[in-house]
Amino acid sequence: MSLIVKARNIVYEYIRRDDDGNVEGIETALDQVDLDVKEGDFVAILGANGSGKSTLAKHINALLKPENGTLLVDGKDTLDDNETLAIRQTAGMVFQNPDNQIIASVVEEDVGFGPENIGIPTDEIWTRVEKSLRSVGMYHYRHHSPNRLSGGQKQRVAIAGVMAMKPKCIILDEPTAMLDPVGRQEVLSAVRELNEKNGITVILITHYMEETVHANRIFVMESGKVIMQGTPREIFSRVEELKEHHLTVPQVTELAWELKKAGLSLPDGILTKEELITALCQLSSTN
Amino acid sequence: MSIIVNELNYIYNPGTAMEVQALRDINLEISDGEFIGIIGHTGSGKSTLIQHLNGLIRATSGGIFYNGADIYDEGYDLRTLRTKVGLVFQYPEHQLFETTVMADVCYGPKNQGLDEKEAMLRAVASLNAVHFPEKHFYDSPFELSGGQKRRVAIAGVLAMNPEVLILDEPTAGLDPQGRDEILEMVSDLRRTQHITVILVSHSMEDVARYVDRLIVMNGGGIMYDDTPQAVFAHYKELEEVGLMAPQVTYVMHALAEAGIPVETGATTVAEAKDEIVRVLC
Repeated sequence: MSLIVKARNIVYEYIRRDDDGNVEGIETALDQVDLDVKEGDFVAILGANGSGKSTLAKHINALLKPENGTLLVDGKDTLDDNETLAIRQTAGMVFQNPDNQIIASVVEEDVGFGPENIGIPTDEIWTRVEKSLRSVGMYHYRHHSPNRLSGGQKQRVAIAGVMAMKPKCIILDEPTAMLDPVGRQEVLSAVRELNEKNGITVILITHYMEETVHANRIFVMESGKVIMQGTPREIFSRVEELKEHHLTVPQVTELAWELKKAGLSLPDGILTKEELITALCQLSSTN
Repeated sequence: MSIIVNELNYIYNPGTAMEVQALRDINLEISDGEFIGIIGHTGSGKSTLIQHLNGLIRATSGGIFYNGADIYDEGYDLRTLRTKVGLVFQYPEHQLFETTVMADVCYGPKNQGLDEKEAMLRAVASLNAVHFPEKHFYDSPFELSGGQKRRVAIAGVLAMNPEVLILDEPTAGLDPQGRDEILEMVSDLRRTQHITVILVSHSMEDVARYVDRLIVMNGGGIMYDDTPQAVFAHYKELEEVGLMAPQVTYVMHALAEAGIPVETGATTVAEAKDEIVRVLC
């Protein structure tokens, strides 16, 4: 399968200047990052605050451009200004705060805003709006006012707005940070469904470890570098290493790890409740 | 010393088509030194309730008594109440505005009428209390990391010497270590400075770990008010109102259903571990 994101040695620096424009300090936000994401993948990016995750995400959507190295999105070079529009249609972004992303006073108009802006014919816009709202389970709310929706519902409308641009890839930067537990689940299952049913590539940035257990691949960032990568099971088997990097593991994985330390013979990298129950039941029947 | 909330009701836009009852018949007694969690789905009334506690919103009916005094009495000093009951809003770092960390934290005490020197003493004490590194006292608050900014914002409230500290989702958007640091710090403050802490949170795991008493809001009313263990035993009812129990609570229930004779009350990893070890080892 082809690569939708191919980053080679990308570097990005934030430069601080004083009032006279003299350089006061340079912060390297991305330091020689390599990243491959295959079409149809569900990728999660973890890392402490300030590790470079959001800077990387903004590169994939050409909001920022690398100062060094190359980044190809669906084969298009993000440094080529002529490709910027095409790249933004290929890779859509969803941000943390749903209230900052919704602009219209009716749900269906909000979702239609993107396609309308790029001159899609009206009939086609309505088809896209309907399809996108259905894909996130919000079609029933199409005539509602967005400000009467819950956080999880607003965030799903924001995702539908991106879907209406027919992207191949969707990048979500902490989409659940402001939501209650059920809102979080609603958004996560909508995103998983887009990935599984529509084959959309998903790049999810999050601080909730539980949200990443179904990813194909996890990248862990620190100080602008990718320091670990692997499947969730590989990554979450390295509990102590993750803790050193200011991260943690899903609560179930942590419980399994604590039980193992207490002498129970459990496999490494248990990710879900079901896996833990099965392992503990086996243990109890052999005792 | 305590806060008593008596038959509190609050209605937004009364008498119009937009009328919404945001709080209904709230009765609460909060004693000195408690560590209380408030959970509830978006729009359940959590934020409206905490804004009543320091007099930012005035109830439509009912009363609030702070240390025995009715805060709605004519002549009651609401300004002083607001320094006694400190409120840290969501994303408090968005409210930083001064050129240095020190100036930002001094702003509150200066407004209370303290002179420069006293304000600075308070600022240093509260920056120390939130474990903010001294070498950054005179940096611009805008160049700090998210977790550090949030500490500065909390220090700004602490500098007014509150007796009650209310935090509205203080860990939203922070990484796991930032999350733990802020909560440990709040927990320390409560122990060492005997401050009453009220924590509004969307993280069931966090409230399970830290608070002694958990209040569940739904539809503007109080649904449960009990220990975290007792509240999370109602995990099915919680799911119906947009909430859940911590992941480990589900593990315990699933184990019990699978025939392993564990008590299902655990709400933290440590409690769950102890119980499973007790039964299986």
